[in-house]
Amino acid sequence: MKRIEAVIRPSKLAEVADALAECGISGLTVEEARGFGRQRGHVEVFRGAEYAVDFVPKVKVTLVVEEARVREVVAAIRAAAHTGEVGDGKIFVLYLGEAVRIRTGETGDRAI
Amino acid sequence: MLQNGDTAFVLISAALVLLMIPGLALFYGGMVRKKNVLGTIMQSFILISLVTFEWVYLGYSLSFGPDVKGLIGSLAWVGLSGVGAAPNPDYAGTIPHIAFAMFQCMFAAITPALITGAVAERLRFGPFLVFSLAWTILVYNPVCHWVWGNGGWLKELGVLDFAGGIVVHLTCGAAALAAVLATGPRKDHGRHQIVPHNLPMTLLGTGLLWFGWFGFNAGSALAADGVAAGAFAATHLGGMAGMATWCGIEWWHRGKPTTLGAASGAVAGLATITPGAGFVSPGWAIGIGTLAGLVCYGAVLLKARMRFDDSLDVVGIHGVGGVLGTLLVGVAASKLVNPAGADGWASGNAAQLGIQALAVVVVGLFAFAASWLLLVAIRAAMGLRLESQAETIGLDLSEHTEAAYGE
Repeated sequence: MKRIEAVIRPSKLAEVADALAECGISGLTVEEARGFGRQRGHVEVFRGAEYAVDFVPKVKVTLVVEEARVREVVAAIRAAAHTGEVGDGKIFVLYLGEAVRIRTGETGDRAI
Repeated sequence: MLQNGDTAFVLISAALVLLMIPGLALFYGGMVRKKNVLGTIMQSFILISLVTFEWVYLGYSLSFGPDVKGLIGSLAWVGLSGVGAAPNPDYAGTIPHIAFAMFQCMFAAITPALITGAVAERLRFGPFLVFSLAWTILVYNPVCHWVWGNGGWLKELGVLDFAGGIVVHLTCGAAALAAVLATGPRKDHGRHQIVPHNLPMTLLGTGLLWFGWFGFNAGSALAADGVAAGAFAATHLGGMAGMATWCGIEWWHRGKPTTLGAASGAVAGLATITPGAGFVSPGWAIGIGTLAGLVCYGAVLLKARMRFDDSLDVVGIHGVGGVLGTLLVGVAASKLVNPAGADGWASGNAAQLGIQALAVVVVGLFAFAASWLLLVAIRAAMGLRLESQAETIGLDLSEHTEAAYGE
């Protein structure tokens, strides 16, 4: 059981969601996020004065998948979120200790 | 002898000048943070009411009433007594006296509203009202009398100010500088980034200001005639040249042109052409607007370097524009454009530039000193600024218990 967190461009959310649906992913969580990577943010100019915008708007998609499907799901997210430009985002894969479905009390892979 | 056309034109022009106040409110409102947008808009809106009261019961008589030693109008016209349908030939012989009084009322109302941009996001509403009322009486009314009032000493000297380069833009610019010094910077200034929350609002405001400016400048001819048409043309040409220049410099200097730059350049051009609108040729109007874009851009950069927190650049745009435009009238004015005006340096009358410079120095120093003393007195008596916590919350909630935008 792995937890996948993908920080992506807001404009790519719909494509990523479609790709995950095609993979048969049954649930995910989406959060609005702000952040920056190696390239930092961007510069805005107001009346000749520069303002550095470090935190760029992003969307974070979180989902949990069985161990065996991690490679396939990560590939699907990457393909859907890719533009080739700086700022496409990152995908993190984390070990997950336990999952519990609140309604039934099922645990582990059956709770996903 | 009343003329229907002139009367209609001046009444419509007065309405156009009034429209500049909500225009200014949007122009300023878009440039502040969203927690201060209503407070900023209110500082413009409320003056429609406050200054009109002052104008009717005191200001019009002080500004345009029968002269007292060239310095101020007497109280003979308090409450607009005797100001009715009959024309006053001293000011405009073809329109009702009351139309002239109302047209000028709009100028009085927008001028203190312009100052508020300099100290946006930190002034308490109560002290702001006291300042605006006292400032209108102590600074605007006397200067208005000196420059435009029958018998005013600067008018007698022959100073040229078609629609308010001295009376409106220079006085508000000097007061803005005093207000910045007396009030101090916003608590976030220099520590956190303070960026405009809604530039489309600012651009809409710019459009309304430009539209209203035609009434401001062309209406100052006080007749629907050739001088009004010339002032209309000069106004538009000054504004467009200011916009083009600012965008061009920004493109060269910062790599990209910006919408706020376009708006700023337009307002700089419009403010700078104002004193000369009815006195200069179209060619000079374009030249004046171009210089306005150049000089005001530089002034705004200089402000950032000097670390003054003139929040919305009132000094750099209105003050510097007012000075520049007033001096350039002394160069560019021509009797060929307006026989009732004077020739400037370019037409062989260098003395006009001297008169214009004298007016700039005297009015600039007077407006700065009087505004500063007034602000210091108000600060001692009742304070000027928001409490620290209130400034963090913003004007909208702390001063007006309203929020501009829902969740």
